[in-house]
Amino acid sequence: MTTLVQKLSSVFAKDKEMVEVKTKPYSNPYLTGIGLGLVLLAAFVIMGRGLGASGAMSTLVAVGINTVAPEHTQSNPFYSEYLGDGTTNPLKDWLVFEVLGVLAGGFISGSLAGRVKKGIEKGPNITSKKRLLYAFVGGSLMGIGAKLARGCTSGQALTGGALLNLGSWAFMMMVFAGGYAAAYFLRRQWL
Amino acid sequence: MNAPFYKFGLFNFDVSLIIAFIIGIGFGFALERGGFGSARILAAQFYFSNMRVLKVMFTAIVTAMIGLYYLSVIGFVDLSLIYISETYILPQVIGGLILGIGFVIGGYCPGTSVVSFATGKLDGLMYILGVMFGIFIFGEIFPFITDFYYSTNMGSVTLPQFFHLSYGMVVFLVVVMAVGAFALAEWSEKKFAHRNPENQL
Repeated sequence: MTTLVQKLSSVFAKDKEMVEVKTKPYSNPYLTGIGLGLVLLAAFVIMGRGLGASGAMSTLVAVGINTVAPEHTQSNPFYSEYLGDGTTNPLKDWLVFEVLGVLAGGFISGSLAGRVKKGIEKGPNITSKKRLLYAFVGGSLMGIGAKLARGCTSGQALTGGALLNLGSWAFMMMVFAGGYAAAYFLRRQWL
Repeated sequence: MNAPFYKFGLFNFDVSLIIAFIIGIGFGFALERGGFGSARILAAQFYFSNMRVLKVMFTAIVTAMIGLYYLSVIGFVDLSLIYISETYILPQVIGGLILGIGFVIGGYCPGTSVVSFATGKLDGLMYILGVMFGIFIFGEIFPFITDFYYSTNMGSVTLPQFFHLSYGMVVFLVVVMAVGAFALAEWSEKKFAHRNPENQL
């Protein structure tokens, strides 16, 4: 516990030499998968539901637009579904709290492994500016696709996959199909 | 004691939000451990050089699937109380295709972009903003595509129901498929090791 606190605080400390945190290699993918599977199983057993991510972002978008143009969201069934009946705050949502946890969990794991560093993840042959543009465009397509499919890689592929949901399996196959089909045209970004 | 606990009223909604946060921590921790905070590693899946996405995802699916299967067989978990989203096959297939293309262009999916942002990556933040913009676009065109969105509804249907196989049989077949996929993944990583971003770190 003390080393955890030390390592976490070292991320914020200006004097990095105080506690040396070296970048560690990523964990074994099969062991990580078992860990992730147990987290998912815990969600099933405790809550009776699986994991998610894009749903929380939908709530944020709906709440944001509702603040600017409430009449607009009320007349649109897509937004109003995320806003509820008005008796409770729509941000008091299971997925919103879960994604806040993801943010914390990612930070804790990254800190312990010395992987929390400001930067941009990109291939060697693309400029940072272009990479950020691609990230935004790819994210936009992901947002549209996830809403059409009623979930993303977490809510559909992972959760629905484990529940043997037919639609989720069809979705998952198509995600890989779309990815491999587009990969050739985007090789300059990554290779 | 019977599961799912929440459905049997073991705790109220406010407590469920605390549980959501804790489960989220586990989720984010596992994703970061697996290397999913890095767009280069995620994208390498589509160039056959780093197959972590496939390995972690299928191991997780198999683990949770087997766990749930045995917990339901011994009568601990009531499967009918676990939420299974309805299948709308055509929008889900098209949505999956768009999402897959977005994955290669942007390098993340929504969950992994949150982890990327949590570990200080600017492209992760841009990706999150992109997802929210995409959701906004979807919300604006929703009134025009409502018919398509609700088309080809097959109800809540699972693979055992659809293929008329037993639950245990499908669980077994998925495990066999996963083991085969892992063997292929190991082979492909060896073949394309020269362009695996993990080896260049």
